[in-house]
Amino acid sequence: MTAVMGSPRLRKEDPALLTGENKFVDDIQAVGQLWMGMVRSPFAHAKVNGINAEPAKSMPGVYAVYTGAELMDMGLWAAPLPCAWPVTPDMVNPPHYPVATDEVHHVGEIVAVVLADSRYEAADAVEKVEVDYAELPAVGSVEAALTDAATAHSDHATNKAFTWALEPNPDGVNDAFANAAHTVTGEFLQQRLIPAAMEPRGVLAIPSPHGGDITMYTSTQVPHILKVMMAATTGISEAKIRIIAPAVGGGFGAKLNVNPDESLALTLANKLGRPVRWTETRTEAAFSTHQGRGQRQKIEVAADADGKLLGVRVHLDADMGAYMMLITPGVPLLGSFLYTGVYDVPAFGFTCDGWFTNLTPTDAYRGAGRPEASYAIERAMDMLAQKVGITPEEVRRRNYLGGGDAFENLDVASTLTFDSGHYGPNLDMALNMAKIADLRAEQQRRRDAGESKQLGIGLCTYVEICGLAPSRALAGLAYGAGGWEAGTVRMLPTGKVEVVTGSTPHGQGHETSWSMIVADKLGVDPDDVEVLHSDTAISPLGLDTYGSRSLAVGGVAISMACDKVIDKARLIAAHQLEANPDDLEFESGRFGVKGSPDKGLLIQEVAYGAFTAHNLPDGMEPNINEQMVFDPPNFAFPFGTHVAVVEVDENTGETTLLDYIAVDDCGNQVNPLIVEGQVHGGIVQGVAQALFEGAEYDEDGQCKNPSFLDYLVPSAMEVPSIKTDYTYTPSTSNPMGVKGVGEAGTIGSAAAVINGICDALSPYGVSDIEMPASPMRVWKTIQDAKAGA
Amino acid sequence: MQIQMNVNGADRSADIEARTLLVHFLREDLGLTGTNVGCDTSSCGACTVHVNGESVKSCTMLAVSANGETVTTIEGLASGGEMHPMQTSFMENHGLQCGYCTPGMVMASVSLLKENPNPSEAEVREGLEGNLCRCTGYHNIVKAVLAAAG
Amino acid sequence: MIPSKFDYVAVDSAEAAIAALTEHGDEAKLMAGGHSLIPLMKFRLANPTVVVDIGKVQDLSYINDGGDHIAIGALTRHMAVETSDLLKAEVPLLAHCASQVGDPSVRHRGTIGGSLAHSDAASDLPAALLALNGSVVAKGPSGERVIAADDLFAGFLENSLADDEMITEVRVPKMAGAGWSYQKFNRRAQDWAIVGVAAVLNGSAGVGLVNMSSMPMRASAVEEALAGGASHADAAQKAADGGTPPEDLNGDAEYRTHLAKVLVERALTEAASRKS
Repeated sequence: MTAVMGSPRLRKEDPALLTGENKFVDDIQAVGQLWMGMVRSPFAHAKVNGINAEPAKSMPGVYAVYTGAELMDMGLWAAPLPCAWPVTPDMVNPPHYPVATDEVHHVGEIVAVVLADSRYEAADAVEKVEVDYAELPAVGSVEAALTDAATAHSDHATNKAFTWALEPNPDGVNDAFANAAHTVTGEFLQQRLIPAAMEPRGVLAIPSPHGGDITMYTSTQVPHILKVMMAATTGISEAKIRIIAPAVGGGFGAKLNVNPDESLALTLANKLGRPVRWTETRTEAAFSTHQGRGQRQKIEVAADADGKLLGVRVHLDADMGAYMMLITPGVPLLGSFLYTGVYDVPAFGFTCDGWFTNLTPTDAYRGAGRPEASYAIERAMDMLAQKVGITPEEVRRRNYLGGGDAFENLDVASTLTFDSGHYGPNLDMALNMAKIADLRAEQQRRRDAGESKQLGIGLCTYVEICGLAPSRALAGLAYGAGGWEAGTVRMLPTGKVEVVTGSTPHGQGHETSWSMIVADKLGVDPDDVEVLHSDTAISPLGLDTYGSRSLAVGGVAISMACDKVIDKARLIAAHQLEANPDDLEFESGRFGVKGSPDKGLLIQEVAYGAFTAHNLPDGMEPNINEQMVFDPPNFAFPFGTHVAVVEVDENTGETTLLDYIAVDDCGNQVNPLIVEGQVHGGIVQGVAQALFEGAEYDEDGQCKNPSFLDYLVPSAMEVPSIKTDYTYTPSTSNPMGVKGVGEAGTIGSAAAVINGICDALSPYGVSDIEMPASPMRVWKTIQDAKAGA
Repeated sequence: MQIQMNVNGADRSADIEARTLLVHFLREDLGLTGTNVGCDTSSCGACTVHVNGESVKSCTMLAVSANGETVTTIEGLASGGEMHPMQTSFMENHGLQCGYCTPGMVMASVSLLKENPNPSEAEVREGLEGNLCRCTGYHNIVKAVLAAAG
Repeated sequence: MIPSKFDYVAVDSAEAAIAALTEHGDEAKLMAGGHSLIPLMKFRLANPTVVVDIGKVQDLSYINDGGDHIAIGALTRHMAVETSDLLKAEVPLLAHCASQVGDPSVRHRGTIGGSLAHSDAASDLPAALLALNGSVVAKGPSGERVIAADDLFAGFLENSLADDEMITEVRVPKMAGAGWSYQKFNRRAQDWAIVGVAAVLNGSAGVGLVNMSSMPMRASAVEEALAGGASHADAAQKAADGGTPPEDLNGDAEYRTHLAKVLVERALTEAASRKS
């Protein structure tokens, strides 16, 4: 049998997706279903004086209209929507009910819900609900929040929600800056991003009024977490709730929340005894789904005369939006540990203030805190290189952990222990692929010739934290759950293998990868492995998919469950072969007796034997059905080098990405085809932040670009082909040596692109540019630099 | 309104509201849920189908405007149990991840090759400018279309 | 994102369309490809009570040689304009400009007449019609009239068509041998231009601008400067004269004014290089 692990195997998920056979939530119909239409606030901050739903109630097809106050009176809420990450004991967490009762805190907050027979009739009726608002002063940005001139919640005295600090060595940081030959300060805006998974979110709750149970289909990354949280929010017994995430069209963090619409569908279906559903429209998603980023960063770096780092000090002002959603306050903290990057930093300090604004809540978006951190330190390193007068690659080499050599289990200044790293060769490979010397020569030629299209070369050497997470580490961060993952491997009587995973895929190809892990372990054909997931009735135990955790936690659990399968099968085989278990070798799916090549049993034969139970060792339970719950001892720390080659037209400010080189190291790879796809997609999301995307708000908290007309998700025309390669440094955090790759591209790319633009514009004296680097912003930055020069 | 059209080779008729968008007619009246809705501004192309052999965005066409026409959706692309070469090429080149944009992307790609059987990489990118994908970064989609062109 | 209810009338001739418009007055909207109207209706920014579907008026889809001009039926799709050998030979600016509208799927549905009748300052084709000194044939209850490009556009999404008139034909002078260029600047290929410039050098110069005013705009100051012997670079400095550029996330007035100058110069340079 040829090697399965590490081979670019085609995905078994694809045929159903390519033919339209797969069912996303909106594809599923239920007899008697009612469509919800949300009446949403047009104001960012207002008192709701009254609602007249009568005109809507008389519209054709309308079943009911409920206001927030009515839903409260109906006793449908056991608790507000949850925040699972109270980052400090005194964190302010205003109650967030699915439908506002007397005050709205962001545009799009729901004030009433219409139930109608069809999507069209619900849309018609929503327009007829009359709401009397009294507008209140709005907090339209973090800058406005900081002043406390207005407060986002009128019963709060300040917009500040919490202050969180990671200051393991405050004296050391002070000394570092006191003794520095060079210091640089970077102030960066991580603009709000609209996650924009291609499938809008949707939900369908189907009750069994007399059986008492209820099934909810929802476009989610986190059915298991949602089940717990839905029980807490609605008061329906957790044991009666079944959550199914059918085909899910991308998530990127945007689908890991506990949303008003989901709570409404569940509780109304339960109350009314009818299926209740809703599907977000794209433009509505700017208000109904959380956004990403939204941070103001200040990073200060102290270095000696040679550019060797002495200390790093960071402060964030993080935009929570109007409410604390599931992990809103924790997102900036996830980045806190990465502001020292891949560098040997003697002293480090980090503080973060969280602020309420009257904007859509923020929460996880691809990378969640870590792209922000990587951006800040990688921009700062380029600034430092310029100050010291050395190349960007040289300043990095001088500061790499372990001197750029291989290391394992290394303690770093941000209090974590990096599992493994080997940064030097990774950088070398990327620079060689980019032909860095040729690029610099061409850059100089253009400058010397006075050409208007400048070339820029941007470098980023990132590290990220994935494999979330050791449960004890989460306890230290006051996160309200663990970080384990469950996997079950079940041998069926016919020799096929059924795998149940608590990870919840939405495009990552878990079915293919998990099949490969099992096939490799058990010596069976990957096509004989069926992977079941995303349904709490089929996979009752799990903590779902986010934070690049699926493989490093969930995949490892499957691998370890296979070990248990082999252990049990070995005992059965030994019994049936009348051999000592220790004398059996398991290879290519067969237990063979050492020294007796003809004597052996295939694992499929053992499985049948375990099923019939005719001849098992005394006291052994029939069947082979092994579960493993893996709680990782440490995070995993993938890393890599990205190089962006950009051309900037000084006449128009337009940036064109000419080339992109990515050398990533995610440890051992299961399926390089899938790894590469994750890298490509991640890179383009980071490029999109650098050049195209950003939710823009006016001072009244109105979003100026909620639709795809103005929110510029790039197309194939705006991005180049991507050159990829890999180094392989196995993780020490799990027996498979795997790390994680879902977020890596995004973590590396925004900094690479902006470093490239700043490199291109350095002759004009431009040292920084805010994201997204739109043509207008680039052109104006050049004009300002020229005027200041 | 009474309408009739040929969808994936079969004559279909229905009585619908004039405002029914073609994509909703296909999905909800005919049960052809392979065609997806990804936006509301004709921007994303998830709803791309063929009307009389040409790609169109079915969210920006009234079903009544397709009265009497021939419509092909992703469900009509495979034949005799075999996937269309474009579908196969997307699979072989890992041109999809979550699969939500995929039916529209495939339909746009088939239309593209019909009009330009031997496109350059730049022409493929231009031909797919109206179809957005959030997962793949387009690299493997472009590769798949070029491979399908042969 | 669902349109409000409306009554739907499908017609098979221009006459029937005009009769429907006459009957329903300004409550009615003509719909050709629907790519301007349906998005507005989905956002309920347009709520016509009657939609008159002219998409299947077969005899208004043609591209004919009219001697000194090319005549294009109003319901000719952008894709047909883009790929027409006759237009590529005789009016290459128009064929190219059509290829820059939206994306291929949009161009399979959208029509030249629909685009011009929508009269959006951000659209590509009005600028081309201005640069080409083209015209449209408008048909109403009392017959046909020819409206020159300069007289067609009348304000923000407004034109000089009466409520009961429709465009039936677009006429563009042949320009074989003339220099031409269309410079479209945007951040994402499928989008409207932030600024666009259509230029024709054919003895005299014709320059039309996209998104430099509330309505499609001729760069008269540039044309006059060129007529007075100014260099391309000098003439381009007058690109924004008389304009009232819109302001949005992609460009404020200062940036659009600057872009117009850069793009006019590029357009004139490219046009001159193509002139035979």
